[in-house]
This record gives sequence, C-alpha cells and structure tokens, in this order.
Amino acid sequence: MDDPLLIAGREFRSRLITGTGGAANLSVLERALVASGTELTTVAMRRVDSAGQTGVLELLRRLGIEVLPNTAGCRTSAEAVLTAQLAREALETNWVKLEVVHDEETLLPDPVELLDAAERLVDDGFVVLPYTNDDPVLARKLEDIGCATVMPLGSPIGTGLGIRNPHNIELITSRASVPVVLDAGIGTASDAALAMELGCSAVLLATAVTRADDPERMAAAMRCAVEGGRLARLAGRIPQRFWAQASSPSR
Amino acid sequence: MKAQVNGTSRDLADGTSVAAVVSLVGAPEKGVAVALDGAVVPRALWDKTIVPDGGVVEVLTAVQGG
Repeated sequence: MDDPLLIAGREFRSRLITGTGGAANLSVLERALVASGTELTTVAMRRVDSAGQTGVLELLRRLGIEVLPNTAGCRTSAEAVLTAQLAREALETNWVKLEVVHDEETLLPDPVELLDAAERLVDDGFVVLPYTNDDPVLARKLEDIGCATVMPLGSPIGTGLGIRNPHNIELITSRASVPVVLDAGIGTASDAALAMELGCSAVLLATAVTRADDPERMAAAMRCAVEGGRLARLAGRIPQRFWAQASSPSR
Repeated sequence: MKAQVNGTSRDLADGTSVAAVVSLVGAPEKGVAVALDGAVVPRALWDKTIVPDGGVVEVLTAVQGG
C-alpha cells in the first residue's frame, strides 16, 4: 500500500524518524538505524573540540539517510536561530528540528522562545520542524506561522513515560493540516503504536532505541509499531462499548 | 592579540584568518561551520575574514544527538 509521509513536499516511505544520541558506539547505531528503516535522522551541532565527535555524518551518508540537524541545547531564540544557521552552512540543508528548552531538569520547550525562533527561521527560508509541548494552541500557532510539521512531546525527553495526555495529542492531530510528529517520551513499541493511532503522521524517537538492552531489536519493534499503528488508524477502529457484544451468532 | 575560540582564550597572531582558526582546532574537512561574534561566516569567506582582537569564534560540527 502506497502511503508516503509528506513533509514540505518531500516524500518518505518510513514514518519513523530517529535520533542518534545515546548509542554506545557507531556500530550499534548503524545496526539500529538499518533495523528501524528510517530515512530521516537527527544530529546535534557541537563545538569541534568537544567530546563525542564521531563519524556520524559519514555513517548517515553511507546508509542513504537524510540528516536533520537539531538545535538541542539552545535555551533562547537567538541561540537556536544561530545554531540553525550554522547547521545549514555545515550540512547544506535548510531543514531544522527546532528545539528551545527552558531548563535542564524537564527539558520542556520554552513556548515563548520557540515561537519567536520558529518565526525567524521560517522568514529566513528554513523548513522548520519544531519540538513543542503537547499544547493544541501552541501547535496551531506554529502551524500558522509556516512550520512544516508540529512535533508535540508525549512526555519529557528521555523519560520513556509514553504519551501522558493522549487527548491533547488527538486535539492536535484532529486540527492540524501539517504532519504531526510525536516527538519525545516514547518508551516502548506500544507508545509508538498509540501515537499513530491518535493520528500522528510519524514518530521521532532516540533513547527508547539507543538505550534499550538490544537497540537493533527495539528499532525493529518500533518500525513494526509505527506501521501497525498507522494501519490501525487508517482501518478505523471499532467504537468502545460498555457492555459485551457477542461476535458469534446467537443461534 | 587574544580571541575566544570555542570558549577558550587563545593568543593569535595579528591578521589570523577564520580559516587558520578552523585548522587550529583540528576541524574535519566537511560538515563544519563557523560563527564570528554571533554571525555565521560562510565557508567561502573563511580565508578573507580576519579574527579581530577580542573576537569570539565558534567552530561547530555535527555529532550524535537528538
């Protein structure tokens, strides 16, 4: 069945977007990326002399996976805009996963700084994929100013707490005219399936795979979960009932 | 003269270019970008752009993350 994900006019067959953070080493990451079937993967921008420098770009190029730079670590609109501009220069892409977080304990998006940065980057010609709170009003505003997706969190980054407010996610997906990507908080396959059942167009995750006991196997699980959840959403689930309803004929 | 390079104070010869700073920090050939005093310096201008006294240079690349 042909059911591509469309972001800013670009088609993806996989609805699973992955991050690269947290993997023990590049060979573990490579096996997980391949098993996930992903076609779009995030990287962070850091100082050249900082720890954690790796051949991650070379790996993604070899696997034919598109690079999606993020603005992780930025706390203000100005920082995020500069980081996005540096990423565009370094990686020759105008796509950016926009992250502007408020504090280290929660890593929750700062809505005021986020909206400001999104507006500036859209004006500067970027394809902006903002990581946002599970707030239907903010999601609408991000869409209105021209973001290519909205990417609400299920729960805080790295917690694996799943989707804490499914109703908000459904409110967002029911009104959005751009793809909604569930970003952050996924812990296991059922969380990813739920995101798709709630009408998300894709799921973005990293920790759930890279820090699993067996990242390659969890990546495969996430791939199946996203596909299963998408099919279930398109198939149209039965309404929930209070009383039993026999599925066998009564005579 | 002195400049801040990736958060560290460095003594640089007068007239040091951005390109020279990039090689000083051991940046890889590809996937690198530079900001000078908070603005991106396009790669094509690295040779011509001189780091001023007290300048703040950030040399960034992509790493695993997100």
